[in-house]
Amino acid sequence: MIATEIETYQDQHAAFQTGSSPDWLVALRQRGLDAFTRLGLPTRKLEDWRFTNVSSLTKTAYDAGTNGLTAGDTASSEAIAEASDLLQQASLDEDYHRLVFINGRYNEKLSQIHDVNSGVVIDTLANALSNRPGEVQQQLESELDFNDSAFAALNTAFVGDGAIIDVPEGVTLDRPVHLVFLSTGSGRTLSNPRNLIRIGKGGKANVIESFMGHGDSYFTNAITQVTLADSAELDHHKLQHEQVGALHISTTGVDQKASSRFRSHYFSFGASIARNELDCLLDGENIETTLNGLYMPTGDQLMDCRTRIDHAMPHCNSYELYKGILDDKAKGVFNGKIFVREDAQKTDAKQSNQALLLSDDAVVNTKPQLEIYADDVRCTHGATIGELEEDALYYLRARGVPADLARQILIFAFANDVVQGVELPAVRRHLESVLLDGHDLSEDIL
Amino acid sequence: MLEIKNLHARAEDNEILKGVNLQVRPGEIHAIMGPNGSGKSTLSHIIAGREDYEVTEGEILYNGKDLLDMDIEERAAEGVFLAFQYPVEIAGVSNKYFLRTAMNSVRKYHDEAPIKRKEFLALLKENLEKLGMDKVMMDRSVNEDFSGGEKKRNEILQMAMLQPTLAVLDETDSGLDIDALKIVADGVNALRSPERATIVVTHYQRLLDYIVPDHVHVLAGGKIVRSGDKSLAFELEEKGYGFLQEEAVAT
Ligand SMILES: Nc1ncnc2c1ncn2[C@@H]1O[C@H](COP(=O)(O)OP(=O)(O)O)[C@@H](O)[C@H]1O
Ligand SMILES: [Mg+2]
Repeated sequence: MIATEIETYQDQHAAFQTGSSPDWLVALRQRGLDAFTRLGLPTRKLEDWRFTNVSSLTKTAYDAGTNGLTAGDTASSEAIAEASDLLQQASLDEDYHRLVFINGRYNEKLSQIHDVNSGVVIDTLANALSNRPGEVQQQLESELDFNDSAFAALNTAFVGDGAIIDVPEGVTLDRPVHLVFLSTGSGRTLSNPRNLIRIGKGGKANVIESFMGHGDSYFTNAITQVTLADSAELDHHKLQHEQVGALHISTTGVDQKASSRFRSHYFSFGASIARNELDCLLDGENIETTLNGLYMPTGDQLMDCRTRIDHAMPHCNSYELYKGILDDKAKGVFNGKIFVREDAQKTDAKQSNQALLLSDDAVVNTKPQLEIYADDVRCTHGATIGELEEDALYYLRARGVPADLARQILIFAFANDVVQGVELPAVRRHLESVLLDGHDLSEDIL
Repeated sequence: MLEIKNLHARAEDNEILKGVNLQVRPGEIHAIMGPNGSGKSTLSHIIAGREDYEVTEGEILYNGKDLLDMDIEERAAEGVFLAFQYPVEIAGVSNKYFLRTAMNSVRKYHDEAPIKRKEFLALLKENLEKLGMDKVMMDRSVNEDFSGGEKKRNEILQMAMLQPTLAVLDETDSGLDIDALKIVADGVNALRSPERATIVVTHYQRLLDYIVPDHVHVLAGGKIVRSGDKSLAFELEEKGYGFLQEEAVAT
């Protein structure tokens, strides 16, 4: 790693490209690097980055860990010890398939893939690129537009590992797939995982992505690409628990075909700066898209949540509920774009963003952005910002509930409808315990 | 049990209580009556500990302890219960959870183990039946989408579950039909014991047919202007509050 004032990743990239990769992949990575170089890191002058300052990235260099990408397990025993530790906290249910990535590289020792139905593929991108590159070429090359996103371009420049989940036509994946991304060591590691989730016609799956780390100065730059064929269903959960100090940037792109159903459950707790972009293209009729999110920054954390729902075809429904709970000097950003194209008649789109401010110094910037080009549609959006209700606190206390528990209960109650949208019991329990923050009282809560 | 001495209180720039004196002994039922805006709810909330009011003079002793020095939850744990005139809605918290958390908080305060789930559910069922409440209400959010009458019953349910030493019922009768009134009164009377006391705040004499008070007080203009036995309630019913307000202004 060569630390320059402005890290251009040119040298790291050159080292990275020396492996034996197919020509198209070498070319794709080069295009990624070129786009990254051309775009540069976003500054606050850009409308989409007004509230989120990533200028610290221009002053410090990260190590993209470009060695031994294809060599399988490359983590040191130290890193594995740290990772096992983290994994304990991340673990949800032993019955789930689990793919663990350490600093962006798959780790077989810590992973556990159960038997699957025929035709189902649960694998790593590194493996696919070595053995069956043709199967991932199209999705890597064409489905993500990195021309105006520096971080997507950076991820593409270093694309090499991540998870692949393929569910063929008519198959319901019997167990959820848990993808665990761990950053270890005290170095300034940069991981660029790229996940591909493809559900065939009428197929169904549950996927969970967890992000955690040990050091306090690493950078996760993740991309997940989802394609849902006709009538396919996916519940996608993201549990962002990065270490404070870390930078977490991620993009999830979803391409939905007719009658498919996509439900996103986004939970953001960690990192110093966490920016999550979720882009859904509703490219077929009778599609249902649900985006639920909960972000809870404290201290000096900044959480920037961006969603984009593109209604391209008629008769589709989208429901969006994002809630923020902000304490101390935390900042939150919610930007929800909804496009309703000319053809998208009979669209029903609902968006709601609610923020709870627990301190006078916390701020939230909300921007719903609806662009509607069809005339026969129902689109509603609402945003509220409030504080904990004094009356409710008083009522609880007047029944004997101590003030701190009363606060915790009200915070839980505020967040609860987002949590209850999660159908997987182990994930819901995990979230309840995070929200109750040590108070062991979840049994009867509604 | 409860001694209120020369209590003066205000909210914002509004002098509401101007020297209230009241003594409640164990086993007694007191009724506080008075016109709208006379400070009945203010007095009730000050007993429960609401922080919107500033006590500028006087004191309240509860079992010999300085009540005003205690936190809201500490008062509740020590047995003070206020049935709210306007019960609060809490979206996202089920009644069942609310009740159980309240009971367990009080138990914890007294270093007792939490109530067992089965025991709690049995007790809840018994009280719901007594109060003629549907158990599905317990899975709904606290007071959310409850009718006025349902909210009032819910307050009595909480009281029945928590078994307070001193219960203050602030206009629990308002908005109740006669059947509901009887049920609520039964709930209050069931708690009657030589160790407990109740203060019934009401606007009308009606409730006092079912909860028979030992003492009746009239609060007007921020003071207790008359005290007597239950016949005072009938007198008020006949004459209205007008003459008392004149007395209050004169003193
Ligand atoms: N929190 C408050 N802030 C300001 N004024 C208040 C507050 N609570 C009560 N008051 C005023 O005090 C007076 C007494 O109110 P209250 O105690 O509710 O009377 P009652 O219950 O006897 O009808 C009224 O004039 C009311 O407007
Ligand atoms: Mg009142």
